[in-house]
Amino acid sequence: MTTTYRNAVHDAIADAMRADDRVVLLGEDVGRYGGTYAVSKGMLAEFGADRIRDTPISELGFVGIGIGAALGGLRPIVEVMTVNFSLLALDQIVNTAAALRHMSSGQFSVPVVVRMATGAGRQLAAQHSHSLENWYAHIPGITVLAPSTVADAYGMLRTALSSPDPVIIAEHVGLYNLSADLEELQPTDISRAALRRNGTDATIIAYGGCVPKALDAAEQLAQAGVDCDVIDLRVLRPLDDATIMESVARTHRVVVVDEAWHTGSLAGEISARIVEQAFYELDAPIARVCTAEVPIPYAKHLEEAALPQPDKIVAAVRGLFGQDRWAGAQRPGTGGR
Amino acid sequence: MTDAATARTLLTDMIRVRRMEEKCAEMYSAGKIRGFLHLYVGEEAVAVGSLPMLGSDDAVVATYREHAHALLRGIPMTKIMAEMFGKQEGCSGGRGGSMHLFDAGRRFYGGNAIVAAGLPMAAGLAFADKQLGRKRISACYFGEGATAEGAFHETMNMAQLWQLPVLFCCENNRYAMGTAIERELSQVDLVAKALAYRVPAASADGMDVLASRAAMHTAVEHIRTAGGPYFLEFRTYRFRPHSMFDPELYRDKAEVTEWRDEHDPIQTFAQQCQADGLLNADDIAAIEAAAAAEVADAVAYADAGTLESIDTLTRDVMTPAGASS
Repeated sequence: MTTTYRNAVHDAIADAMRADDRVVLLGEDVGRYGGTYAVSKGMLAEFGADRIRDTPISELGFVGIGIGAALGGLRPIVEVMTVNFSLLALDQIVNTAAALRHMSSGQFSVPVVVRMATGAGRQLAAQHSHSLENWYAHIPGITVLAPSTVADAYGMLRTALSSPDPVIIAEHVGLYNLSADLEELQPTDISRAALRRNGTDATIIAYGGCVPKALDAAEQLAQAGVDCDVIDLRVLRPLDDATIMESVARTHRVVVVDEAWHTGSLAGEISARIVEQAFYELDAPIARVCTAEVPIPYAKHLEEAALPQPDKIVAAVRGLFGQDRWAGAQRPGTGGR
Repeated sequence: MTDAATARTLLTDMIRVRRMEEKCAEMYSAGKIRGFLHLYVGEEAVAVGSLPMLGSDDAVVATYREHAHALLRGIPMTKIMAEMFGKQEGCSGGRGGSMHLFDAGRRFYGGNAIVAAGLPMAAGLAFADKQLGRKRISACYFGEGATAEGAFHETMNMAQLWQLPVLFCCENNRYAMGTAIERELSQVDLVAKALAYRVPAASADGMDVLASRAAMHTAVEHIRTAGGPYFLEFRTYRFRPHSMFDPELYRDKAEVTEWRDEHDPIQTFAQQCQADGLLNADDIAAIEAAAAAEVADAVAYADAGTLESIDTLTRDVMTPAGASS
C-alpha cells in the first residue's frame, strides 16, 4: 500500500480517535478547513465538531486548554500551525506542561501531544520556516519527536498518545508529500534513534527533514567509494546516546546535520556528547552542517543556500579525511567522482 | 446575617488563615521558609467565603498566593507548612514550595506562579468535563493583574464560545504587585471586561465573608444550571507587602492603615457576630486558641519533617516506565 507522510499522520489521528473516545484534536482550522497541511481532511465528518475542535487564533490559550484537558482525563492532540507560532504557547508548554509533574512531586502528569509543522524549503520566509524544536529538546519533562519516515509519522504519533507525559512532535513541512510502500502502519518506539543506512567510513547524524538529504549525500559518497552510517535521531529528547556512540566507535568520523542554526543547536549538543563519551574513537574533528546564521530568506536561491543540502554534507564528510586518507577510504572499483 | 454554626465556621477559617500566614512571615524571618512568600492577610474573606461553595468533585486552580485556598480545600496545615519548609512530607514533596502547593486527591491544581497561566488550565479541565459528560465546575483564582495578560482574554473567549463550566474568580486587590489598578488597566471595570466576551459576571465585596459566600453561591448555581462560564470579581485588599521582598514604595501607609482599621474582614465579621448574638467573646477566644494550636502543630510537624535524599534529585520529571497515568 502506497501512502504519504501526510496520510500517515491523518491515519494515526483517526485510528487513535476510533480506538479511544478520550482523543480529541484541537487547533486552528483542523475542522472545516481540513488542516493547514491537510492532515485532518475529512475528520470533521467522521468525528464531529466536539472532537475535531476548530480554535480561535489563540495559541497560548488552546495549547493551555489542551494541557488542562489532559489533566482532566482527555488525550488531546493539539495542532500548532508551525513551530514559529508555537512560541506564543511556549509558556504553557515549558512552565506548565513540562514542570507540573515535578512541581507537584509526581501527583499530576500531562498526557498531551502537541504537533507542529517545522522547517524551511517552501519559500515561506522567516516567520514560517524556522526549526526551533531544539528549544523544546532543552526542557526536562517533555519528549520531543521528529519523525522522518512515513512509518514513523504514523507509528510515533500512535505511541506518543500512550505516553503519560507531554510529547512534542515536529513534522517537517518538506516531508508531508513523502510516500512509501508499506504493508501496514503500526506503532513505533519513541525512545531510540534508527540506523537508516549502514556504512563503515563515517557517520552522518540527522533528523527530520535532513534525513532524506543525509541519505542522498550518503548515496553520492557511496558512488565515490565511501560508505556512511546514516543515523536518524527520531527522538530529540531524550537523545539516544548509545546508538550514536556505537556508530562512532565503528566509523571514527562524524558529521552532524541540523536544520537549526549552528549556535546553540542540537548538533552542538550531540557533538559535545560525542566528545564526552567517545573522544578517543575520533579520527577527525566532528563536523557540523547547519543552517546559515540568518532568518530564513524568501528568495528560493537564498533559502536553498541557507539550508543544509546534500552537497554540503558530502563536502563535510570529505573534509573529515585528509587528501591521502580520502584516497585510501575510497574503495577501488567503485567508481568515484 | 447567618446562623451561629456557619458564623463560627467562617470566623474560624478566616482566623486559621490569618494566623497561618502570620506564622509564615515569622518563619520566613527565622530563615525556615525561603524563596518568594506571598501572604493573604486582608483577603481572607474571599477564599473563606468562596471555596466551601464548591463540591469535592470540582477542581480548583490557584495562584502563587494560594496558602489559604490550599487550606480551605482541605490540605492539612501541617502539609502546607512542611512544603514551605522544603520537607518531603510537604504537599508537593518539597519540590514546589510556597508558590506550588498541590493535592491531586482534593483536585487542587496548584500553586501556579505564571500570572494568568492557570486560566487555560482551568478551562481545559472544564473542557474535559464537558467532553466526558461530567457535571463539575473548575474554579480558577487569579488577581486583577492577570486580566492584562493575553491568556485571560484568550481563555474568556474560548470559555464562552465553547460554553465551558469554568468559574473565573478574580481577586481584585487593587495592585498588580506594586502597580495600582488605575496605572495598569485602561478598563478598571472588570465585570465589563468579562461582559465584553459575553461571559456572565458579577462583583462582590471581598472584604465581607458573607457577601463573598453569597456571590459564589450564585455563581456556582449559575454554572450548574446554565453550563457555561461565569466571572466573579471579589473586591479586596492586601494588608501586607506583595512578598517578603517588597518595601511598599508604591502605596501610602495611610491607605494601608485605613483598610486595616476600617475593613479588616475578621474584625468586621467578629463584631457583627457579637452584635447579632451569634458568638461571644469566649467563643472567639476559643477559636483563637484552637487556631494557635493548629499553627503550632503545623510548625512542629514541618520542623520534624525530613529532607529528601539528593540521590532522588531527578525523580518526578517523567513518569517512570510501567507506571499508569
